[in-house]
Amino acid sequence: MKLEARGLTRRFGGLIAVADVSIELRTGRAHAVIGPNGAGKSTLVNLLFGTPRPDEGRIFLNGTDITLLPAWRRSRAGIGRSFQRTNLFPAMTVLENVRLAAQGSVHGWRLLRGAREDRGTRDTAVAALDQVGLTAFASDLAGALSHGQRRLLEIALVLATSPGVLLLDEPLAGLGAEETAPVVTLLRTLATNFAMLLVEHDMDVVFAVADEITVMVDGRVLETGTPDAIRRSGPVRDAYLGHRE
Amino acid sequence: MDGFLVQIINGLQYGLLLFLISSGLTLIFGVMGVINLAHGSLFMIGAYLAYVVAGITGDFWLAPPAAIVGGLGFGAVLERVLFQRFRNREHLDQVLLTFALILLFEEARASLVGNEFHAVAVPALLDFSVPVVGGFAYSAYRIAVLGICLLVAAGMVLFLGRTRVGASIRAAAENPEMVDLLGIDARLIHTLVFAAGTALAMLAGALAAPLQSVYPGMGDSILIASFIVVVIGGLGSVGGAFWAALLVGLIDTLGQVYFPQIAGIAVCGLMALVLSWRPTGLFSRA
Amino acid sequence: MTRLGPRGNLFLAAAALVLASMPYWSGLYDMQLASTALIAAMFALSLQILTGAAGLVSLAHAGFFGVGAYTVYLLGAGSIFVTLPAAMLSAGIAAAVIGPIALRTRGFYFLMTTLAFGQMLFFLFHDTPLGGGADGVFLTRPSMMWTVTKSARPAVFLLLNLVTLSLMYLGLWWLMGTMFGHALLGIRINEDRMRATGHDVQRLKLIAFIVSGALAGLAGHMAALTDAFVSPEILDWHHSAEALLMILLGGIGVLHGPIVGAFALTLVREFGQSVTERQRLIEGMVILAAVLLLRRGLAGWRR
Repeated sequence: MKLEARGLTRRFGGLIAVADVSIELRTGRAHAVIGPNGAGKSTLVNLLFGTPRPDEGRIFLNGTDITLLPAWRRSRAGIGRSFQRTNLFPAMTVLENVRLAAQGSVHGWRLLRGAREDRGTRDTAVAALDQVGLTAFASDLAGALSHGQRRLLEIALVLATSPGVLLLDEPLAGLGAEETAPVVTLLRTLATNFAMLLVEHDMDVVFAVADEITVMVDGRVLETGTPDAIRRSGPVRDAYLGHRE
Repeated sequence: MDGFLVQIINGLQYGLLLFLISSGLTLIFGVMGVINLAHGSLFMIGAYLAYVVAGITGDFWLAPPAAIVGGLGFGAVLERVLFQRFRNREHLDQVLLTFALILLFEEARASLVGNEFHAVAVPALLDFSVPVVGGFAYSAYRIAVLGICLLVAAGMVLFLGRTRVGASIRAAAENPEMVDLLGIDARLIHTLVFAAGTALAMLAGALAAPLQSVYPGMGDSILIASFIVVVIGGLGSVGGAFWAALLVGLIDTLGQVYFPQIAGIAVCGLMALVLSWRPTGLFSRA
Repeated sequence: MTRLGPRGNLFLAAAALVLASMPYWSGLYDMQLASTALIAAMFALSLQILTGAAGLVSLAHAGFFGVGAYTVYLLGAGSIFVTLPAAMLSAGIAAAVIGPIALRTRGFYFLMTTLAFGQMLFFLFHDTPLGGGADGVFLTRPSMMWTVTKSARPAVFLLLNLVTLSLMYLGLWWLMGTMFGHALLGIRINEDRMRATGHDVQRLKLIAFIVSGALAGLAGHMAALTDAFVSPEILDWHHSAEALLMILLGGIGVLHGPIVGAFALTLVREFGQSVTERQRLIEGMVILAAVLLLRRGLAGWRR
């Protein structure tokens, strides 16, 4: 799968949130986007997912222009996104959460099959839970999970939609050091099978997972390159990495 | 032709009355996030208040001030006792609570003044017609109502635009969390807005009493019309409510005269048209 | 919103049996009262898949009930096998016309929009000659497979309404167990996430709106059949608010809540009528109690 954005620009009132950003995601490669708060990283993810639409620029999925496609159609086309702020169905069980996500592409009369009886969606859901390691909690309420488990479920919901492209918006947000490790392992596994965009603050995670890094500042791309190149880059050090220490 | 002109002015005058009612409704929603189905009942209460005041004192002119003062007090009590608790409830709860208020207000009205239709006489001072253009004359009282409504609208614009409290009300209507940031007591703002909205609706009822008969179901028809005004104008937008009120007032009045059978449908149709074009109203920012 | 398990359904079936045996032990008046409650239950239950399942609070619902009822009047006399599908179809069509516009909006806009559209239907039958006048009209009952004598009517209509409600309940019970039903529940909890996982939320809501409207039309049809009278009042938004009240009263969190709520409200009203003429006072108080005290409804108190 290949997701390609060219010249994306989005303004909010007088503010430019994302300015002329181009990015390319391919299966088997993890592309991290880093930058200070307010650099436009989350807006970029939102634009790639279609909410809102860009003011300028085009987005292509495997060469097809999907710029005007609504979010749900993008999901069906194979783009999955996770949210920075956990966005689940708290009153439902963990299994029902992923099953509902797996059901997203079901349409027509098939929707009248029993939700608990439908094999296809159930198998997808179980597989997604297995992948993130939440199988043991399948019958717990999503709202009752720990924060770390909720972050994993957040990813499982994306995986259950059978995507080819993953847009992960700070999957580690709010996790403690111990909780981070299993998620990083998961991200590294996912990176080999999907076209992945990873927005993340933790540089250690970014350097551990990413094959390519884009640095954004004030809505613009400061630099794109391999982790080594970014580490060595003077401007990036000045603009962003330097602030971290 | 003269007849048509009269109807146009009637439409504008009805529209301005609608504005008094819907500006309160739209601000109460914008600032407090509360949907008040009983807002039409406040109009009904204002009209009955005018009937009672004019009946007892023999002087209609005491009715509008009484409606304003009574409305402020009544609104403040309603807000503190009930609506404040319902700000964060689900829509269903708000709908049913305010529906219950309608029933209770109607019941109270029935026990206090009965279920009859009443006429309220146009005040003697204004019981004449003013020649306007050509051979065409217009009721002085209606002109006075037009004037009062415009004055209130102008006062509201000044208050919202020029004062600190007005600015925070506007800010709150756009973003409810803003009030806290501005360092103004949010509770006070809520009570103020609700009380003012109640007073405006009751004032409208008092002013309308001599124009139409005072009757039990009068709050309901005005409720629907002002809801449509609020939807067309955009929730929380006073300016939007103003233009939408004039539009709805004109269409409804002209419709009643020339196509009485479909007037009610036409106004709803107008709303449908606006919504299919802009789902959040004409003047909303979204 | 949850569904009853087998044991709960067995309990409902027992209650239905008690109602079905009424012709053996009760008077005509009580049977008519039971029919009133059954029709109210159908009406509220038809709204439950919108409000309880998908979280949409609609005030247009009485409009669809009315369209179904007036269809019987407009068809003149006919077989029930014609009038019943026709009532559901016309109410469904009305919902299919109003739904796409109303569902463009969310939250309070949806509420206000459905209120206005419901009133539009009200005006259609109240102001135009179509509905036979603002005071309502008597109608010829549709013919059934056999002729029903006047004295047998309360019992026959009681059974007919009971069967209709039971079928509606079973149908919705099945529907809420399908993927479609689960999708509606998902929309109520987190609409945005539903979109993000590929659900065509707009279409799902529209289908629920149409199904719910058609079932309201069915309830309206049964009301027209039972009363042989229709009036524009049944389209008024107050009637929609009553359906919402029955839902809240019985329990928004359980599918069968509206049935419990409808019977409770009918009984309270009946009792109120015998005590005072002030119906609105009683109903207002019931609502206040339901909103302030009974947050989970009569049928949902155990959870």
